Amino acid sequence: MFRSFWENLTIKQKLAITAWLFLAIPIIFYITIRFYPTYEAFYVSFMKWNLLGAKKYIGFKNYIRIWGDEDFWIVLWNTIKYAIIGVPISLLISFTVAYYLNEIRFGHQTIRALYFIPFLTTAVAMAWVWRWFYQPMPIGYFNIMLSWIGIPQQPFLRSVEQALYSVMAPAVWAGLGFQIVIFIAGLRAIPKSHFEAAEIDGAGRLQILREIILPALKPTTIFLIIISTIGFLRIFDQVYTMSEDSAGGPLNATKPLVLMIYDFAFDEFKLGRASALTVILFLLLLFVSILQLWLARNRYAKK
Amino acid sequence: MQKNEIFLEKFDNINPRRILTWTLIFIGGVIMVTPIIFMISTSLKTGQEVYFFSLIPDKITFKNYIFVITESKFGYWMLNSLWVATFSTLSVLFFDSLVGYTLAKFEFKGREIVFIAILSTLMIPTEMLIIPWYMMSREFGWIDTYWGIAFPGLMTGFGTFLMRQFFMSLPDELIEAARIDGWSEFAIWWKIAMPLVIPALSALAIFHFLGNWTAFLWPLIITNDPEMYTIPVGLASFNGEYEMNWEIVMTASCLATIPTLFVFIILQKYIIKGIMLAGLKG
Repeated sequence: MFRSFWENLTIKQKLAITAWLFLAIPIIFYITIRFYPTYEAFYVSFMKWNLLGAKKYIGFKNYIRIWGDEDFWIVLWNTIKYAIIGVPISLLISFTVAYYLNEIRFGHQTIRALYFIPFLTTAVAMAWVWRWFYQPMPIGYFNIMLSWIGIPQQPFLRSVEQALYSVMAPAVWAGLGFQIVIFIAGLRAIPKSHFEAAEIDGAGRLQILREIILPALKPTTIFLIIISTIGFLRIFDQVYTMSEDSAGGPLNATKPLVLMIYDFAFDEFKLGRASALTVILFLLLLFVSILQLWLARNRYAKK
Repeated sequence: MQKNEIFLEKFDNINPRRILTWTLIFIGGVIMVTPIIFMISTSLKTGQEVYFFSLIPDKITFKNYIFVITESKFGYWMLNSLWVATFSTLSVLFFDSLVGYTLAKFEFKGREIVFIAILSTLMIPTEMLIIPWYMMSREFGWIDTYWGIAFPGLMTGFGTFLMRQFFMSLPDELIEAARIDGWSEFAIWWKIAMPLVIPALSALAIFHFLGNWTAFLWPLIITNDPEMYTIPVGLASFNGEYEMNWEIVMTASCLATIPTLFVFIILQKYIIKGIMLAGLKG
């Protein structure tokens, strides 16, 4: 029965059936593990729910509560600060290193490895190392080094002003290697003829940088800006590990959105409000992604 | 002598500017690994010596390592991380490339929709799914199980997209020829197409394994039993317990980091190439 059915099919039909067979398990996976949970996150964001009791529809109340929550605005501003300060600093450093590292032949691989290794580390492990560096005298190496040059002790993680930057530093540090490798790939992809033409025209180093390298690296730069912006907006591991007393402290000074979501959901069991926060995070990331498409539109239009 | 000659030949246009550049970039590189070096050095120090700033311990001791391995559940965490990351990576290699291949090399109605649907999952942040995933896991009893830790990452939109790009660049004639020879579709994919995209597969494997090895948020939520923790969750649990014993914390951090560094040293060429590949295609 099956055999004769199969043999009566055209090749095209057979291939289509094979394709759907190959896709069957993945489609089930994507529906149950990706799409249905996405729907559920939106759904629960309109509910009042504490995990144990029944869900109760409360309309936009979760969102209204969040809007009226002073802490939310602090947390949102922290999250944005991680991104708008962390991204330019890391891209500036990684581009500078990539630009000069690309010219180096002697020991190129070894030096590149030095820059790249932090990217392979576990964020939680390195957060511990940095947290140790930030300790007061006589433990913390940063304060010890500051004392050598006569600068007074700094509180770092214990200060409302400095904590956010102290947490940001290891995140920047760990991301540089990836950005440098991508920038070098971008630099290598620029056709040699462009440089030769510029040299014949008598262009100086700075002029080549400005008129050839930077424009050619635009797609690479946009890609890195978006990837690292999204990374900083989702920062969590470092903050969670480096907080001295309560996670996100002192006084919420380092708390990002993801940590607030975690606290609401798994500490206070306000799952409705936590879901509403995840929707807000989603919209924030969506905005950044759309920005990328808009910035890169010329690239796609040309192709 | 000979080495020097080659060195000089390479650098016939050596000049102060180049030497300065090299020196600065080299120093920058050394600064980059300093935290890792100090982590290793402190893990080899005794408790009292931690309070002295020094790179090389006066007396190298492995006591901290013995302490971490025997007194904490680090052995469990290591095995859990290894098992989950391996299982998840194998699943991703199999399914992402199967889906990528199907979307690249089969023509059928609905292909575009499936592709766009899978691609669109890249827009959904994990953080939005963790609450539904957690609810699901409670329902089905997946909390504190390997399956519970691993299930969200068994297939990825990124890997599917990457593999599709690579399979698209394979010539159709190859597949046609195998079809005429009577190969099954599965065999064509597994025995002909897969070996041709090994560079992409290894890049994907390295990315996914590393991502799993360092993953924190989801394992933190899905595990309560310390024997089920992965390495990052176990490390975070040192908060409060060994907080003031920095040499112990550094030792555990070393144990978490050193395996990946070894893998990197062995596979450096492939890893860098893989990153460049994925970065340019993505």
